[in-house]
Amino acid sequence: MFASLPGVLFDGVAYGSLLFLMSIGLSVTMGLMRFINLAHGAFAMLGGYVCVVGMARLGVPFLLMLPLAFLAAAAAGAVLERTLYRRLYRRSPLDQVLFSLGLTLMSVAGATYVWGSGQQPVHLPGFLLGQVRVLGVDVGVYRLFLVALVGAITAALVLLVRRTRFGARIRASVDDAQASAGLGINVTRVFSVTFTLGSGLAGLGGALAIDVLGLDPTFPLKYLVYFLLVVVVGGAGSIAGTLAASLLLGVFDVSGKYYVPAVGAFVIYGLMVVLLLLFPGGLRRGAR
Amino acid sequence: MSAAPAVALPDARWRPAEVAFWLAAVAAIFVFPGHLVLGSQVLITGLFALSLDLILGYAGIVSLGHAAMFGAGAYTAGLLAKHGWGEPLSGLLAAAAVGAVIAWATSFIAVRGGDLTRLMVTLGIGLMLYEAANQAASVTGGVDGLSDMAVRDLLGLFPFDLAGRTAYVYSLAVLFAVFLVCRRIVRSPFGLSLRGIRDGARRMPAIGSPVRRRLIAVYTVAGAIAGVAGALLAQTTQFVGLEVLGFSRSADLLIMLVLGGAGWLYGGVVGAALFMIAQSQLSSINPVYWQFWLGLLLVVMVFAARGGVVGAAAAARERLLRRSAR
Repeated sequence: MFASLPGVLFDGVAYGSLLFLMSIGLSVTMGLMRFINLAHGAFAMLGGYVCVVGMARLGVPFLLMLPLAFLAAAAAGAVLERTLYRRLYRRSPLDQVLFSLGLTLMSVAGATYVWGSGQQPVHLPGFLLGQVRVLGVDVGVYRLFLVALVGAITAALVLLVRRTRFGARIRASVDDAQASAGLGINVTRVFSVTFTLGSGLAGLGGALAIDVLGLDPTFPLKYLVYFLLVVVVGGAGSIAGTLAASLLLGVFDVSGKYYVPAVGAFVIYGLMVVLLLLFPGGLRRGAR
Repeated sequence: MSAAPAVALPDARWRPAEVAFWLAAVAAIFVFPGHLVLGSQVLITGLFALSLDLILGYAGIVSLGHAAMFGAGAYTAGLLAKHGWGEPLSGLLAAAAVGAVIAWATSFIAVRGGDLTRLMVTLGIGLMLYEAANQAASVTGGVDGLSDMAVRDLLGLFPFDLAGRTAYVYSLAVLFAVFLVCRRIVRSPFGLSLRGIRDGARRMPAIGSPVRRRLIAVYTVAGAIAGVAGALLAQTTQFVGLEVLGFSRSADLLIMLVLGGAGWLYGGVVGAALFMIAQSQLSSINPVYWQFWLGLLLVVMVFAARGGVVGAAAAARERLLRRSAR
């Protein structure tokens, strides 16, 4: 019953890719508007529930539900950004914390009301079950699928940010919103689109995470720390930093829980405090 | 905190509203003799909120892990009482010392950086202490909590009764004593420099104010007060559960303080009273609804009613005075 080190590492990487998917939107929006959004996990939870409901009630296949989960969370993000978030960009961090905490509590209570407080099951299609042997290591097919999918999405995001005109606008707005606005970039719109995209990715992450992390109404609170951790450690607004932080946290968390279960959660919190001490501005700025 | 009172020269006189507030707290002993258990919980939570008000309302530190010091104080008093030292007042002092030491030790990482970093560090420290108490089940009782405490009679005269009369008077006396100290602190030059740091952290060093040292000092004082509040809860309920260190205790505390109004000292007690009375009424109907309405209230407050109850009352009074002066 003693899993090989490479196997545990791979599980950590798969877990880290999920974290990346769910926190990249938070990271970019925090970098753009310095908005402290504690409700980001609610979008991930929404994606998860949309996936479960679509599969169980309507019989839609899992792979088709993934883009739908993305769309549902993105739509919710777009509406909330337009109606509520936008009014709070210039407010104090405390206001933002209170507002997003309120939103989180409402989402937790709402999900409990609609779907009950129990864990939601997900039935993965047959070809994603089981294990395969890759380079002499037994890995779960689903985890392999996760890593590949997140790899592809990351590549697409990097292309979007590095190679397109819209990406250039995002980079300019993250670096200096005021100067970008002066150059004729519609920063508010850039932010709207980024927020929508980020919420959608969180929804997709939430749908993919059901099998690994589980899904119940406390999801936004349970994983809040992890999302914030990834952003703070990775440095807000950086794709590379967020990816590095997600993988680091994923590997440490999984191997910590596996090899030293007695100190379990300490590993991750201890890592966080140490990283924050070493790199107060995030990994990216620390490495510069 | 944009809604905090404008900086005026400190005025130590007692306002009629303040006197009325404390008289009402005393009168509650005779008016609501059947609700003193809840009453003492409100006072204890109010004391806890008062300590958060010092660092949030005055120094501008947003903390999501203030329960760390509260829980440490509760476990200190609880463990002392369990292992033969059941004298309440010295238990309070020990808890204050433990709270202060923990706050001081963590202040070096908790008060640096921007708001987001502070938020994360305080949250992380709180979660680590929770996990530590959970793992050290042989000492703390783990998820079962710490019971079998033998708290001795208060001052050797007043036993803790089931109706909560002693608990209420004890909590009220401690709250009032600590409140006097806090009232003095925020009106001192030290307290004024804290407000300066809150409103313009970059300018304060320019006038020779040691920002970092001031923040560490106030964080330590707040830690001691939080420790006292935790000890009061442990002694009056004769039980310490893991949730004294939980995230929701820190988050609820923040909500209560903002609901009552941060930066007025009274906001914490008022917020704790409103929050806990509403909670005990509504959550008996359905705990899930309570959470939903609480969330909605927060969202609405951020948009419509900054400054909380005490802030709104002060603004109304200001308007009245201006009208009568015309």
